[in-house]
Amino acid sequence: MRLDYHFIEQHIPEGARVLDLGCGNGALVEKLIQERNVDGIGIEIDEQSVQECINRGVPVYHGDMLEGITMFEEDSFDAVILSRTLQQSLDPGRLISDIMRVGERGIISFPNYGYWPLRLKFLFGGKMPRSQNFPHPWYESPNIHLLTVKDFTNFCSINNLEIIDKIFFSSAYYQLPSLAANLFAALAVFVIKK
Amino acid sequence: MSEKKSVGIVKTETWTFARPPERLKLRCGEELGPIDVAYETYGELNEEGDNAILICHALTGDAHVAGKNSPEDRKPGWWDLMVGPGKPIDTKTYFVICSNCLGGCQGTTGPASINPETNEPYGLDFPMVTVEDMVKVQHALVTRHLGVKKLLSVIGGSFGGMQVLQWAIDYPQMITSALPIASSARLSAQAIAFDEVGRQSIYSDPNWNDGDYYDSEPPHRGLAVARMVGHITYLSDRSMREKFGRSLQDRKTVGYDFGPPDFQVESYLRYQGDSFVRRFDANSYLYMTKAMDYFDLSENHGSLIEAFEFVDSSFLVLSFTGDWLFPTYQSQDIVRALHANAVPASFCEIESDYGHDVFLLDHPALNRTISGFLSQVYTTVGESDAS
Repeated sequence: MRLDYHFIEQHIPEGARVLDLGCGNGALVEKLIQERNVDGIGIEIDEQSVQECINRGVPVYHGDMLEGITMFEEDSFDAVILSRTLQQSLDPGRLISDIMRVGERGIISFPNYGYWPLRLKFLFGGKMPRSQNFPHPWYESPNIHLLTVKDFTNFCSINNLEIIDKIFFSSAYYQLPSLAANLFAALAVFVIKK
Repeated sequence: MSEKKSVGIVKTETWTFARPPERLKLRCGEELGPIDVAYETYGELNEEGDNAILICHALTGDAHVAGKNSPEDRKPGWWDLMVGPGKPIDTKTYFVICSNCLGGCQGTTGPASINPETNEPYGLDFPMVTVEDMVKVQHALVTRHLGVKKLLSVIGGSFGGMQVLQWAIDYPQMITSALPIASSARLSAQAIAFDEVGRQSIYSDPNWNDGDYYDSEPPHRGLAVARMVGHITYLSDRSMREKFGRSLQDRKTVGYDFGPPDFQVESYLRYQGDSFVRRFDANSYLYMTKAMDYFDLSENHGSLIEAFEFVDSSFLVLSFTGDWLFPTYQSQDIVRALHANAVPASFCEIESDYGHDVFLLDHPALNRTISGFLSQVYTTVGESDAS
């Protein structure tokens, strides 16, 4: 299993109520149901992925995350997972505030745009940099709200969100120390609460 | 998937209950009896008794879901694409039940049936029946006559979906899963408006005679126009454009007259109207549309969230992008209220521009979703039986 998923799983208590935003084919929720006995549901925009969720018995809401999360009442979940799609949201600020509305904690991962090879490519190449995490050319990229580790921690402090845990990974999924993560991490995962 | 086959030749059976002294108490306060219930079943109830699925038909449907009643029948039952051996609701696995709704005219007691007190057809003396009453009758059939203790799923589209919701509320312990398709917890003003146009068309036919027409010429004109209006609401701009466009009917130029139809779409609607009156009773149409208009779970329970308070089944709610009669937001309202009660509910809006009637068509995504959901529920039930 990928280490970021392992970290996410560690933050899901047994029997928790879990919402997975952008759950894809439902594999993570299914695993959490099997291993953590969670009461889980996903939100997914792609119709075919929604059908895969249904076929594997993962409850799923078909729709856009921003619209789908409004389907839930305040404090409906112990944990809300947003894996690698924050930077693709039309309104990340509103999404995070809705995550904090419906969930006790948010587990949010995103590719770090402050990662040093991206900085170098931009500085010396003068073009929108591409990488493993950002494979698309600018005109096809779904990543419309790029952010760095520093941007995210600043956002949390401005919005009074407490960071209760975090983990950083290199592009080969080695865990990195927090020090200078903004420069060296390709992927960041934060656990936040109000 | 294995080869899709037909269930073959099937017979519509009738069961009678609420015989004197028993009578069925209806929502409106009146009592009714005896009540005939026309139904069909396909497949076999297994030993565990956990493979039964109830199908609830839409406004003008009937108990004849699949197969043919005789080899000469031109068309099979109304959901033959969905129900049969190897089909999404696979009769090799499931025991499938469908009955004609109370107030209908296809074998179940309705306004055209004989009132035992007068020995005449009820006509408008038939009590106003609601979705709750229809579900109560289905429940009696399923438990008392067919001996089914628990339903694996209750499935229905449109008006049938309303019955599904009612089932989940009235008999929460009896259903494992619920599958309302292109449905609503309360009919919209727009849909009530179309129903009213249909009813006005029937009232304005002089043959209607305040519902008393069973020994004379029935109000076929009025009912046919009602069907034409209804049929338009089941389609969409795109489906009509693709099916007919502005093609002319058996002519090269428009006639500049009010004679035979100019356009194919006119001819099609006339055909739909004319064939409908051969199988449907005008008074039944009035009663069924009223039952649909009155259906409002929020009103009956304080709110939709409260309505679902005791629901104890999993849900799959389906809608279609191009459905303007029961738009997607109505399915989302259902899902939101289910989530508020922590009911495990999935929702999928299936891409289709072909209007409300899509659930009756051969739509691969719909087929996959329904069969996938059912087999998942069935597997889970089997596992909990075993443990």
